Amino acid sequence: MIDATRLLFGGFAGLAIVSATACVTRRNPVASALWLVVTLFSLAALFVLLDAQFLAVLQVLVYAGAIMVLFLFVIMLLNLGRGGPTDLKGPIGLGLGVLLAGLLLVQLLALRQPGSLPALGPAAGAVVAPRAAAGVGIIPALARPLFTAYLVPFELTSLLLLAAIVGAVVLAKRKL
Amino acid sequence: MTLLGPSLAVSAILFALGVFGVLLRRNAIVILMCVELMLNAVNLTFVALAEARCVAGQIFVFFVMAVAAAEAAVGLAIILATYRHRQTVDLRYINLLKG
Repeated sequence: MIDATRLLFGGFAGLAIVSATACVTRRNPVASALWLVVTLFSLAALFVLLDAQFLAVLQVLVYAGAIMVLFLFVIMLLNLGRGGPTDLKGPIGLGLGVLLAGLLLVQLLALRQPGSLPALGPAAGAVVAPRAAAGVGIIPALARPLFTAYLVPFELTSLLLLAAIVGAVVLAKRKL
Repeated sequence: MTLLGPSLAVSAILFALGVFGVLLRRNAIVILMCVELMLNAVNLTFVALAEARCVAGQIFVFFVMAVAAAEAAVGLAIILATYRHRQTVDLRYINLLKG
């Protein structure tokens, strides 16, 4: 019994994995960045299937739209697009990378055995209702806890972004 | 049938691919992109658990996205500043701290 959701999920998950592999292994940084954009779009599709439509929109706007344009802009500013000598490490680095990443993958996959997930609930005092019980739209269900239980982290995020703006300008400018 | 299990599997594979990229590549910009890939894998975990348990997981994805944006901006600015000094982004030649 395969319904449409699982079929779509499988398709986009496969696309995400294939394009992530291409992103990691392509020699040309521009090709690498464009494959990463494909991965981000597939992840946005997975977010929709996982009932997180607003985050899917954010994923396309912020990641695929803003962050990847920044990456491509820097790649072209530094004129790295032409295929130079390979930047992949030699056989020792390759073997070590495969070994460590494979070990990590085995451990991460072991984490999803049934029963290994604790019965997670909302943090004590957090006014977070499950989606089904909330009976409200997607945006209010996210916005209400964001501006009540998680207000302090939200405000700290604005400080972080301000520091990042100032830091990026100071670092990247030739002469202040 | 829930999508939690497959989501966590996809997330684990993407995270391992990101780690593999960081270990394999020497181009600083590509390494930064692999870090973004890892952050996205974590986002997928958050969203999957938010769907299975409670919606708070989606709020953490906001914070991860904000941190990722700040990290990309500052990281790329550092790479630009390094490039001005050394005319390269290859990590083989950025080895001032090597003994």
